[in-house]
Amino acid sequence: MDFSLLPEILASTIRLSVPLVLACLAGLWSEKSGIVDIGLEGKMLAAAFAAASSAAYFQSAWLGLLIAIAVSLGFSLVHGYAAINQRGNQVVSGVAINMLAAGLAVVLGNTWFKEGGRTPALPETARFMPIELPWARALAGVPLFGDLAKIISGHSILTYLTILLVPLTAWALAKTRFGLRLRAVGENPQAVDTAGISVALLRYQAVIIAGILCGIAGAFISTSLSASFVRDMTAGRGFMALAALIFANWRAWPALYACLLFGFLQAGGNYMQGAHIGSFEVPVQFIIMAPYVLTVVLLAGFIGKSIPPRASGIPYTKDR
Amino acid sequence: MAGGRGELPTWVDVALIPLLNLTVALLVAGLVVIIIGENPFEALGIMLNGALGSIKGWSYMLYYATNFVFTGLAVAVAFHAGLFNIGCEGQAYIAGLGAALVGLGLEFLPWPIVIPLAILASAIFGAFWAWVPGYLQAKRGSHIVITTIMFNFIAASLMIYLINNYLRPVTRMAVESREITGAYILSFREIAMQFFGLRLPSTPLNLTVFLAALAAWAVWYLLWRTELGYEIRAVGANPAAAIYAGIKTDRIIMITMAISGGLAGLMAVNEVLGVQHRLLLEFVGGAGFVGIAVALMGRSHPLGIVLSAMLFGLLYQGGTELSFAKPLISRDMIVVIQGLVILFMGALEYAFRPALARIFVHVED
Amino acid sequence: MTPAIELIGIDKRFGAVHANKDVTLTIAQGSIHGIIGENGAGKSTLMSILFGFYHADKGEIKIKGQPVKIHSSADAISHGIGMVHQHFMLVDPFTVLENVVLGAEGGRLIGPALAKARDELTRLAHDYELDVDPDALVGELPVGLQQRVEILKALFKGAETLILDEPTGVLTPDEADHLFRILGQLRDQGKTVILITHKLREIMAITDRVSVMRRGELVATKETKETSVEELAELMVGRSVLLRVKKGPAKPGNVVLDVKNLTWKDRKGTPRVDDVSFTVRSGEIVGIAGVSGNGQSELLELISGISRPTSGQIIFEGKDIGILGDPRHVREEGLAHVPEDRQHRGLISSFDASESGILGWHYDESLGRGFRLDRQAVIARSKKEMQEFDVRPADPLLKSAKFSGGNQQKIILAREIERDPDLLIVGQPTRGVDIGAIEFIHKRLIALRDQGKAILLVSVELDEVRSLSDRILVMFAGRIMGERGPEADERELGLLMAGVSKDAA
Repeated sequence: MDFSLLPEILASTIRLSVPLVLACLAGLWSEKSGIVDIGLEGKMLAAAFAAASSAAYFQSAWLGLLIAIAVSLGFSLVHGYAAINQRGNQVVSGVAINMLAAGLAVVLGNTWFKEGGRTPALPETARFMPIELPWARALAGVPLFGDLAKIISGHSILTYLTILLVPLTAWALAKTRFGLRLRAVGENPQAVDTAGISVALLRYQAVIIAGILCGIAGAFISTSLSASFVRDMTAGRGFMALAALIFANWRAWPALYACLLFGFLQAGGNYMQGAHIGSFEVPVQFIIMAPYVLTVVLLAGFIGKSIPPRASGIPYTKDR
Repeated sequence: MAGGRGELPTWVDVALIPLLNLTVALLVAGLVVIIIGENPFEALGIMLNGALGSIKGWSYMLYYATNFVFTGLAVAVAFHAGLFNIGCEGQAYIAGLGAALVGLGLEFLPWPIVIPLAILASAIFGAFWAWVPGYLQAKRGSHIVITTIMFNFIAASLMIYLINNYLRPVTRMAVESREITGAYILSFREIAMQFFGLRLPSTPLNLTVFLAALAAWAVWYLLWRTELGYEIRAVGANPAAAIYAGIKTDRIIMITMAISGGLAGLMAVNEVLGVQHRLLLEFVGGAGFVGIAVALMGRSHPLGIVLSAMLFGLLYQGGTELSFAKPLISRDMIVVIQGLVILFMGALEYAFRPALARIFVHVED
Repeated sequence: MTPAIELIGIDKRFGAVHANKDVTLTIAQGSIHGIIGENGAGKSTLMSILFGFYHADKGEIKIKGQPVKIHSSADAISHGIGMVHQHFMLVDPFTVLENVVLGAEGGRLIGPALAKARDELTRLAHDYELDVDPDALVGELPVGLQQRVEILKALFKGAETLILDEPTGVLTPDEADHLFRILGQLRDQGKTVILITHKLREIMAITDRVSVMRRGELVATKETKETSVEELAELMVGRSVLLRVKKGPAKPGNVVLDVKNLTWKDRKGTPRVDDVSFTVRSGEIVGIAGVSGNGQSELLELISGISRPTSGQIIFEGKDIGILGDPRHVREEGLAHVPEDRQHRGLISSFDASESGILGWHYDESLGRGFRLDRQAVIARSKKEMQEFDVRPADPLLKSAKFSGGNQQKIILAREIERDPDLLIVGQPTRGVDIGAIEFIHKRLIALRDQGKAILLVSVELDEVRSLSDRILVMFAGRIMGERGPEADERELGLLMAGVSKDAA
């Protein structure tokens, strides 16, 4: 492997991690409140499609983002309704949303843009383009700092936003009333109920936050990372985010690190053709597989314990 | 007397609610068709005609149904034990490896030996890919939904690697194995030509369809006429009572997943040995997920599953014809319907009950 | 002084069950008021209504003389009522402070609330001896301290009246004493405490007044000073008409079940079955009396193989079945088990009666050779058992859930008895069962005894235990308090059941 490419790989890592981090935070908010969300993938995909089509139609990345959030929110509310009001099976609901999103995106895309499910390529004005930080150019030639600048500068505004969301999430969960109540409802909803707080309202709020975050994630994928929507473009990121969430033991900062790790594996995979461990050539598929295998290993309890919120996935009924 | 939700008559539960859910799903799909700018009734007509209006349509419908019966049974068996097996896609994929290895590796043996062995290998490979998550759930408490999803992705990468590096003939570029002549399951078309001199339209429908019917019967027999089946259903219906009865729930979870994976694996027999005659990438093509819809609609009963599988076969074939006739309506419309069916049957299934209860249940004074 | 709480004419039904019958109760401010009664007496329902979990069908509530409407626990809390539940409402991964503050954060950010709570906790610890480390994780605290957190929660939210529901069930005697000290302090500082319990000793120890409930009615209210355990026991248990089944004398034979120093500790290390020893002989019925929650359920699960003992032995026909922990094996040795909770363990509601009828015996060769299950044989067997035990309707294909309680119980009983077991253990055989079926079931049990079988009966219905048993063992707090014959005085049994007296070991 060529180490001089490291700055590129790291920059790429950050880029690729953004949707993972956003989806992971979405899953975090949802699961902390006790709602299992398998549908992160579907919401992201729907959002990606919405963003790319709206951006193409309105020639505005921001409008695309807004509509993407709205769409993702819609799916979130469906999931919330099924899980909270109807006390339905949350996993099934998530699977259904994934399928719906995948199908609808292609069907509507095909109808509106007639390119077999793709959306038209977006011009730079309708995308979230990289932003060069002011001091980056100045540092360009400087050893080490120049590389650092290459890694940190040149990301889209959504990327910087995402990085801010991590400490924000951590802070909100730990230091606010809302965060306290949300964490409580995911562990012991009865305790929250007897304290006179609405379990359903809290859970809906969590689900809405998840919807917004997935919306941003999807918009990022199709209007920043790429310049259009392509069928199934989320490519399992939603599940990888779930894996990262489990890997991070449902905590915000470890979630960031886990997503960066998975992002690194994704970025590295592109560069690591021909990498060797001893005399064994590491096939690129193994690198692609790695996050999933790691998650299984973690779930099996081989690397520490993975403890989800106690009430996760269990519909709340006031039974006496 | 009856606890919790009011008791609806059985026929409502078994036939009316699935039909209602399907109708709602179709209504929503119809709305989407309107948004696209086409006439939903016309679309429906084309779909029905495309599936039922010709021998070719019927045969394609049954070919699809064959796959869906296997995956539907797989999901259903797991449901009976209270487990959600989302991993059929990966299990069927890995099973293809088993079929291909036997079919290619043992092609010097006569086909009456190779074909059953290939079928067995498919089942075993698929069973293994499901057994591992089952083991992890039973013994390590790992949530089976997450592990089976992970295993789907692992299978996808693993199979690319294996097919590309070990099964692809060196001289060819296409990432697929060479033709599997050793375990060649005849299609109806070929049978008609070779034995009866009849010319049938081109169709992938092959003898595996009988295997599917047999599997459906076998699952029914297993679940309702054997001790193991009783134990599986007990664990799913009431784990506390199962423990009381001396049933070893851990063991049942693992066995059930293995059976489930084995059934999903049989889907590979249809595709790899009966249609493609080689191991292709992504040959499962989403059948694992259709299985979820089929199992939910069919209420996890083999008869219901066979009917639902045919229904989805109809949708897939009809949908394909529709997408030719009306290019604006993409074939993915079926995926939308699938998703809606799963949503209503699986997560919103109680949504209609209050209304139905008012009609059907007599309130006791 | 105006009473702290007045409950006037409270009436509540749950379907056919009349849980509270026109209950009128006055609770004085600055006092500790006990409410005692057996299972199903209605005490928990009454307090749940006060705390806003249920709405009374009729009646009104007055707090400090003012009529109030309590529709939810938030209402109750706002009126100064706090409740410490039997099963704690705590968030284990949170600290004590976080648990206390939940629901009373007083603002968007919890920082200030936590600081305020910390001060409050220090003050409360000083005033009432409620010491707890505010930063400890609740999940790691011993049960006694967890309970203190529950009390602190209520006080932090401004509770003037504190309801405690069976608080000492999970406490050691020392922890219980400390709790009483705390309650005394609270009372001395003007708070009102309502203590729900079935333990007479506690009532006598710390209450000022005590009300007795029985079968949904408030039977009496007495000044604690002016009454005695004997009187309370009698009021609690009642001079009801005994359903005496006609039976001849028992002819006990060999020891079939020999339980030696059996102990079972739960996850927190509390012994729920504490050094229990007894025997059961063939041809006799041994009844275990006691209020539920005193270890009887755990005892049955140990003997039937569902759980494993922490220490001690269970010798069944010469074999130590305690080490097996396997219900199937135990059944094969000749033990049958009618579980206490038929919906939870005894039947599978969604299965039809014939399939519930083979639960635990489904591997029997008579029901299908080898791995098979012969449907016709299963149905025939079910039909036969239904006819023998007068199950109505005698329809093996009807879903188990659709049978009445009594008929469900008969199906289970038939299933277990028809296996011709050497020992039948049965829990709450007539809970939720109509009179006709009760008689039938009792007759069947006697008949079984007369055939020379051994029966171990567990029931919270004292009448039933006295009517059926040849020997009565009383369980309290996981221990056998004493053994009596069926002719024993109600009062005496009541005292044993309430943990007041204990036979010398």
